Amino acid sequence: MGFFDQFWQLTIDGLMVGSLYAVIALGYTLVYGVLQLINFAHSEVFMLGSFGGLFAARALLPDHGVPGGFESVCLVAVGLGVGAACGALAAFTLERVAYRPLRRRAAPRLAYLISAIGASLFAVNLAGKEFGRQNVDLPDLFHNGTVFTIFGAQVSTQSLVIFGVAIAMLIGLDRLVAGTRLGQGIRAVAQDADTAVLMGVNVERIIIVTFIVGGLLAGAGGFLYAMTFNASYNMGFVPGVKAFTAAVLGGIGNVRGAMLGGLLLGLVESYGGYLFQASYKDVIAFLVLVAILMIRPSGLLGERLGRAA
Amino acid sequence: MTGPSGPSGPSGPSGPGIPGQPTFPSRGGTGAGPGPGPGGVDPGALDPGETLALTTRGTAGPSPSRRASLGSGDAPSSDSATGQAGSPGSVGSAGSVGVTSGGWEPGNRRPPWHPAELFSPARLRLLGVMVLVGLLAAVVTGRTGNSDKPLQAAWDSIVDPRIVLFLVLAVALWLVVVLGGELRALVTRLATPVRAPFATAYGRRGGPIGLNLVLLAVAIIAPLLFSTAAQQSMVNDIGIYALLALGLNVVVGYAGLLDLGYIAFFAIGAYATAYFSSQTAMPWHAPFTLNPFFVFPIALILAGLAGVILGAPTLRLRGDYLAIVTLGFGEIIQIVANNADSITNGARGAFGVPHLSIHLPGIDYTWGIEPLPYYYLLLAIIVLVMIAFGRLERSRIGRSWAAIREDEIAAEATGVATLRLKLLAFAIGASVSGFAGVLFASKQFFNPQSFSLQASFFVVAVVIFGGLGSRLGVVVGAVVLQGLAFYLRDKVQPADRYIYFGAVIVVMMIFRPQGLVPSRRRRREIELSEAGIGGADALGPAPTGARP
Amino acid sequence: MLLTLSDVEVAYGAVTALRGVNLQVDEGEIVTLLGANGAGKTTTLRTISGLLRPRSGEVRLDGRPLSTIPPHDLVALGVSHVPEGRRVFPSMSVRENLLMGAYRERRHVREDLDRVFALFPRLQERIGQAGGTLSGGEQQMLAIGRALMSRPRLVLLDEPSMGLAPMVVRTIFEVIAEINRDGVAVLLVEQNAASALRIAGRGYVLETGEVVLANTAADLLADDRVRQAYLGEDLTPTS
Repeated sequence: MGFFDQFWQLTIDGLMVGSLYAVIALGYTLVYGVLQLINFAHSEVFMLGSFGGLFAARALLPDHGVPGGFESVCLVAVGLGVGAACGALAAFTLERVAYRPLRRRAAPRLAYLISAIGASLFAVNLAGKEFGRQNVDLPDLFHNGTVFTIFGAQVSTQSLVIFGVAIAMLIGLDRLVAGTRLGQGIRAVAQDADTAVLMGVNVERIIIVTFIVGGLLAGAGGFLYAMTFNASYNMGFVPGVKAFTAAVLGGIGNVRGAMLGGLLLGLVESYGGYLFQASYKDVIAFLVLVAILMIRPSGLLGERLGRAA
Repeated sequence: MTGPSGPSGPSGPSGPGIPGQPTFPSRGGTGAGPGPGPGGVDPGALDPGETLALTTRGTAGPSPSRRASLGSGDAPSSDSATGQAGSPGSVGSAGSVGVTSGGWEPGNRRPPWHPAELFSPARLRLLGVMVLVGLLAAVVTGRTGNSDKPLQAAWDSIVDPRIVLFLVLAVALWLVVVLGGELRALVTRLATPVRAPFATAYGRRGGPIGLNLVLLAVAIIAPLLFSTAAQQSMVNDIGIYALLALGLNVVVGYAGLLDLGYIAFFAIGAYATAYFSSQTAMPWHAPFTLNPFFVFPIALILAGLAGVILGAPTLRLRGDYLAIVTLGFGEIIQIVANNADSITNGARGAFGVPHLSIHLPGIDYTWGIEPLPYYYLLLAIIVLVMIAFGRLERSRIGRSWAAIREDEIAAEATGVATLRLKLLAFAIGASVSGFAGVLFASKQFFNPQSFSLQASFFVVAVVIFGGLGSRLGVVVGAVVLQGLAFYLRDKVQPADRYIYFGAVIVVMMIFRPQGLVPSRRRRREIELSEAGIGGADALGPAPTGARP
Repeated sequence: MLLTLSDVEVAYGAVTALRGVNLQVDEGEIVTLLGANGAGKTTTLRTISGLLRPRSGEVRLDGRPLSTIPPHDLVALGVSHVPEGRRVFPSMSVRENLLMGAYRERRHVREDLDRVFALFPRLQERIGQAGGTLSGGEQQMLAIGRALMSRPRLVLLDEPSMGLAPMVVRTIFEVIAEINRDGVAVLLVEQNAASALRIAGRGYVLETGEVVLANTAADLLADDRVRQAYLGEDLTPTS
């Protein structure tokens, strides 16, 4: 089958994966917006959230085969909730342990990056030790059939759930940043932290809340990711780099940019993976990253956290 | 910052410049923050109701930048005043702080072992942190779990009798931190005679030649005292990684950039060796065969070139982009090495790369499987590289790198070609990595596994642990960390060792960012930058909330 | 006494920026702080706001020491700081910027917006425009307006006339005087000594981190040293 026969199917798949990248990318972009720092350990937040949601859903899974109806809804909700909670806890702990001591000392920038890498190394390998180093799969939480067909492409229940939840989270976050007092504080800190303090914004609290929000998204995203792919101790790295690419693609620090970047990257990767060799899929994202950095380093929508919201 | 209460009235006398108005000694911690981070004591939060003794101006308080009280646990010596200087007894001048502080005057302040001091909320919180650290340590060193019962292993480790040991250690650590001032003064007093010769040796201009000769002698004799397995590790792990760390030190330590895919250049060197020096190692080979010695310059150039190609588009941008691009590059190299069967032999790796050999009139020598000859070759190379980089550091280029780290804009304005110099550092680092790759490939079999990202991270860990910008430091870092890895080799699974390395990195960043054997210049830069003056890397201004 | 600084010393690392500064601001008065570049004027304001912590000495508000108060709580105590270089939030609209001024206290937003727009009608015209796209004068108006949104008792103004056209400077100084007529105390840092001393009641002169002169504005205007160094008389004008 040629590329054009597959086009719509690839588009659907790309959008689904892309929406996940977008959800993770928001974590990078929020933290970057507020701290001007790449949170290298964000991929581990994602991984821990994924395991949390997966284990919770599996523990509650009834033993009579694939559940259906209300049971499925509850299972997915529990998985998302626990995943988000684990992600938030991981992000909170990360901020407290790896970042805050350095911030209080006003450490140079390099120290944060290195500290985050150390934390990431620690978390990945501890997870490997505790949960084993094999892939862990999430059993089906619902009957995964084709819901409808569009231009000859099949849209499965699973893609629909993933895409729907991801988009709902994206919209929710957009509202949070654009329309609430917390969002106002986040944007103020992102644009000018010193002046935000003078306005009465508690920067420390904004920072920790930003980490937590990013962790909630990444954790829930991790659970969604585990539905299609598997979970494993080192699962965070590749989606992490891709989500970062998505964030840079849209303009790091820019919330809507991260969403756009995620969806675009998902599509590019889906088409590219079909046209080239699937095992080089990861290379595509990297090439996209280098290309943006060379051509338009501020990303498609520019870098300001406040601008798009 | 001053104590919360003082004897002067609610409104000071009117009119500026009142002579004789007392100055308040500052206290180490901020009373405002939500408490100390892990491992920190917050003397400022201890006893809010207490009146501080008055001393006149000249009190050596901690600099205002040290708002954070972190680091009192295990702070570098000159910073260790943080936890101490608040006590009225320490009127010592800066420089001798930590030694002079000590006794209290009764009536001014209770000793720290007084129950009211010991169980203040801040310290109880610290105790809680310590206990958590103890539990974490129990889990880390405990059983290996699996995904069927995800939390079982962790739980088993906690209910194990061993936990008593960890809790005792946690409480002991807490006591050490809480009573840290006294202990530190004692330790400083005891350690001074031991450290003094080193300090004076390093204080002299021209370098501590005598000390270096002693260290070199130790390095020459050391392998003779160990088993063959240990000797192998001294070559493959310590030696190679010391060389890699010296190269990465140019990138991270001198130029202040972060390269997370450093092993990729190592891979380039190794694959180049297989390609140029053997007909059989890979499915693909050069039309001629070279002695591995002649591959050194080729690998040097190839790796340097790859560094330039990767660095040129990235280095123009924010410094942290370089980190992620190199990270991606490291991953890509491994993916390609693993998948391109027809070029790299895929996951099987390269067999039969010839050993190094010299064939000259009168000399005919081949390095075999014996570790010792390789060890001495590596030692010689490392010493030469250290000498060369020492000269580089003190050259115009080295000074330009320092300028870039400390203030990139000012450096640019005074005519330093910042982009070119950063690129140069990046390329030099890459070349050293490629060079090490040749040694590695000719020494032993390799496959893509040898070039994992974890290896890149490990080199970063070595550099950080040893001391950014310090040549001796990074070599010591390689010795200590690889020594640790060797020691742990039958005690924990190889992959689990990275848990410890990760923890080491974080702990070093929190408590001793200048490393085990710090370079004096880097150390001063870090201190100044934390006080709000200048920078200490080429990554731009410090992040939000990091306010001196 | 509303604000008292006693023997405040501030250092950046080993570099001392303020050496034992004593300074008072009373309810409802305008006090100006004069000095050359690098004299420590901005450092003084940042210390009052808690962005910098003194190495020794003390800042008191209503007799209460500020050392234990986190800087973000200062707004709630009635101190507003208009920072050097205006520092409006560049990607926020004029309205959003003004709302940031009322971040801690939202009850009077509508009233206060009206009050600010009455002072600066220009801001109302630009209400939806991003802060970063305003002219320098408009940004200064926005910064002052933003500071007023928290209903302060004391406003710290850092060089409001910097880089502005003389016409705009006049407007700004008129507004400062008007704000003061409502009972708000102002601590005004200025290089434009003549204008500052004209609206101020008292003044301090800082040199290399020390207060070298403190007097009423009228006496300072008459002081030879001030006339020479800061009003540019008998000398080529200082910038």
